Amino acid sequence: MRIMLKFRRFIAKGAVLAAALTLVACSTTSSTLDGAVAAVPGTVQDFVVNAGDRVFFETDSAELSPQSRDTLDKQAAWLKKYSSYPILIEGHADERGTREYNLALGARRATATRNYLVSRGVDASRLRTISYGKERPVAVCDDISCWSQNRRAVTVIGGSETG
Amino acid sequence: MARGKAGFATLTRIGRAFLVIAAIAVLAWPRPAHAVIEIDITQGNIQPLPVAIPDFIGGNPDDAQLGADIANVIQGNLVRSGLFAPIDKAAFIEKIRDVNATPRFGDWRIINAQALVTGHVALLKDGRLRAEFRLWDVLAGQQMAGQQFFTTPDNWRRVAHVVSDAIYQRLTGESGYFDTRIVFIDETGPKDARIKSLAIMDQDGANMRVLTDGGELVLTPRFSPTSQEITYMSFGRGDQPRVHLFNIETGQREIVGDFPGMTFAPRFSPDGQRVIMSLQSGGNANIYAMDLRSRATTRLTDTPAIDTAPSYSPDGRQVTFESDRGGTQQIYVMNADGTNQQRISFGEGIYSTPVWSPRGDLIAFTKRHAGRFLIGVLRPDGSGERILTEGYHNEGPTWAPNGRVIMFFRDTPGENGGPKLWSVDLTGYNERQIDTPHFASDPAWSPLIN
Repeated sequence: MRIMLKFRRFIAKGAVLAAALTLVACSTTSSTLDGAVAAVPGTVQDFVVNAGDRVFFETDSAELSPQSRDTLDKQAAWLKKYSSYPILIEGHADERGTREYNLALGARRATATRNYLVSRGVDASRLRTISYGKERPVAVCDDISCWSQNRRAVTVIGGSETG
Repeated sequence: MARGKAGFATLTRIGRAFLVIAAIAVLAWPRPAHAVIEIDITQGNIQPLPVAIPDFIGGNPDDAQLGADIANVIQGNLVRSGLFAPIDKAAFIEKIRDVNATPRFGDWRIINAQALVTGHVALLKDGRLRAEFRLWDVLAGQQMAGQQFFTTPDNWRRVAHVVSDAIYQRLTGESGYFDTRIVFIDETGPKDARIKSLAIMDQDGANMRVLTDGGELVLTPRFSPTSQEITYMSFGRGDQPRVHLFNIETGQREIVGDFPGMTFAPRFSPDGQRVIMSLQSGGNANIYAMDLRSRATTRLTDTPAIDTAPSYSPDGRQVTFESDRGGTQQIYVMNADGTNQQRISFGEGIYSTPVWSPRGDLIAFTKRHAGRFLIGVLRPDGSGERILTEGYHNEGPTWAPNGRVIMFFRDTPGENGGPKLWSVDLTGYNERQIDTPHFASDPAWSPLIN
């Protein structure tokens, strides 16, 4: 669990880094980031490292960028391969908007993510969505570098990341 | 000048238990033809009226302490209104010993008082608290108002608030807002692990208590206008987030309705009979109203957009809400049955959280433009937009019951920052931070309690 959290923090540093991370983690050797162990296929850790568990959005938008679609394609492939897991998609927003709208915007982002995964063949009945609006930021600095990390949809294997 | 004999009205008991105040006497006094002192609260940045508020008289040390406490609360209310400047007690010349006697107005004029408040408290043998006050026009040398109250001793703060409202009303011609409460969200912990609880307090920050234990994410609480209930949104213990009702007296709570998705942004109708809210369906949010007795639900909007933050007009005939159906969040007004939906905001920026004033004349809102966060008002026809205040992540206005003061919340940046409650007058002046023990957000102002 600790190792997974370490990877999650690393991934949260931005989409570019996440892409780089995926490239590195594709190697089958045991050389690793942060001294952690290479992911065992089919585990949650494997999903987070090799597919990427989150996509990011522009301000006030739920549009999936080409990069997001890329990530979701990998998610869909993984989810179809390891099909026993139920999935919760969390939608989130940054703090630069009002509370009610951000709840709806988070839901819109989670729905867009869900719909894309379904279009890529993931069984719809496995996918649940929830929105946390702006209530669960992962980055709290007063800068676009943090706000952009919070405008996200997170695909959580088997349960809730943030509780 | 001889003092007229006091006349007593019939005792009426209003409400039950801990919220009873029975005003039983309006003390008669020849009224002046016109008030010499008065305050025009529509003007910004006025000169505060100098007022003297000696401790209420008490016949023994306990009563005297209560008298000092009550005077203190009254003074705090009047100061925070921005309309009054209290005179330092150390400057007082006359010592008020009999609330029924005419003051030596010369002694008060000399220290520049224009208004004088005197009072008396007594804890009676039957266990009740009796309190009375007089408001004096120092310049005209006449009484302007007077009332007597009977209540339970633990209601002493409400006596001070009711007296404050009486003073405010007599001098401004507007009803006051001091005998009210604020429901809000108490926030603790770092910004990325916030603990939120429902909380309630008197409008001056006293009697603050937390209503939920922080174990569930709770948001946007609003008072019922007619009962001791709050409607709010909660994520439960990991369940689907839903609109709830919370009974302040019994602590009982229930989920509102049986909706197939997330419900949020709830408010009561002015008659307290309905809860209006948003229901999320996939990527869209639409507005629904539910009758609390019959449980019948009415769908009010039906667009592939986010429609949320609904707020009734005080006559219950219309609803204002925000919608991004036009591309960005803007303010709309519709009839309470959902017909005639019209956009009313057309300025530069993003408009949200519209709230109709209890006076019916204005709608307050949050506006975001070019990285700035503003609280403003506009008329229900969309004209007369006016910004009241700018600040970091300003959000979520709520109106005092007299429609003259707005409370909202404002954040501070960084991981150790957090929101606090603020108030500002409709004139844009007298901006103040509200005292809360922790971070606080999502305030909602109650109606006058009495």
